[in-house]
Amino acid sequence: MVTSILHRATGVVLSVGSLLIVAALVALAAGPEAWACVTGLAGSWFGQLVLFGWVWTFAFHLLNGVRHLLQDAGWGYAIAQFIRNSWISVIGSFVLTALAWGLVVIRGGAL
Amino acid sequence: MSGFDRFRTPLKNARGLGSAKDGVHHFVVQRATAIALFFLGLYFVGLAISLIGADYAAACAAVAHPFNAVLLIAFLVTSFWHAQLGLQVIIEDYVHAPILAVTSQLAVRFVCVLATLAGVLAVLRIALGA
Repeated sequence: MVTSILHRATGVVLSVGSLLIVAALVALAAGPEAWACVTGLAGSWFGQLVLFGWVWTFAFHLLNGVRHLLQDAGWGYAIAQFIRNSWISVIGSFVLTALAWGLVVIRGGAL
Repeated sequence: MSGFDRFRTPLKNARGLGSAKDGVHHFVVQRATAIALFFLGLYFVGLAISLIGADYAAACAAVAHPFNAVLLIAFLVTSFWHAQLGLQVIIEDYVHAPILAVTSQLAVRFVCVLATLAGVLAVLRIALGA
């Protein structure tokens, strides 16, 4: 139940995030000054917060989306499975976020 | 409901509107784009992480590589397509005032199409070195 509404909420957030991705690509096409603005923002504490939030949002929507696709295929409809798979989405999203952000830290991209 | 005569039978109200015949199209495309985005999304995160610390020239060179340019355009188109379909359902479910519903549906479509075009043009400009 909670994962269903979270799927919608994260979908809305990712839609807005996609606009930011377009903004970054447009800035890259516009030239070094605009791109420096993007990297400056991404490196600020606020930018890092947004990026970290985006990574978790993406991770949750990704895993929960797979759960929904499997359910569409008719799998996992027993209540016990339903609850277990929802928890896999939630806990897995934190694991994925930790993995991704670990890579960011290793590559020196975190504050 | 208010648009229909409440003394008519449901059949009378439905007759003449015709069968849409594409009722599952939305459902199918939403899932097809979802499967594509599973791979394209993970690819994009990987590309973004690989570009950490890259200077302007290196970032341009990465986006300009045909492999990345094609996948980035695929990612942009599929993302906004999937986003529009998802936001459409959310608006259908929660926005019931007719004028607001139509306006927001149109606004979502316009923004999604414009953002897709802007993103694709940006990638093409970088890839073609304009």
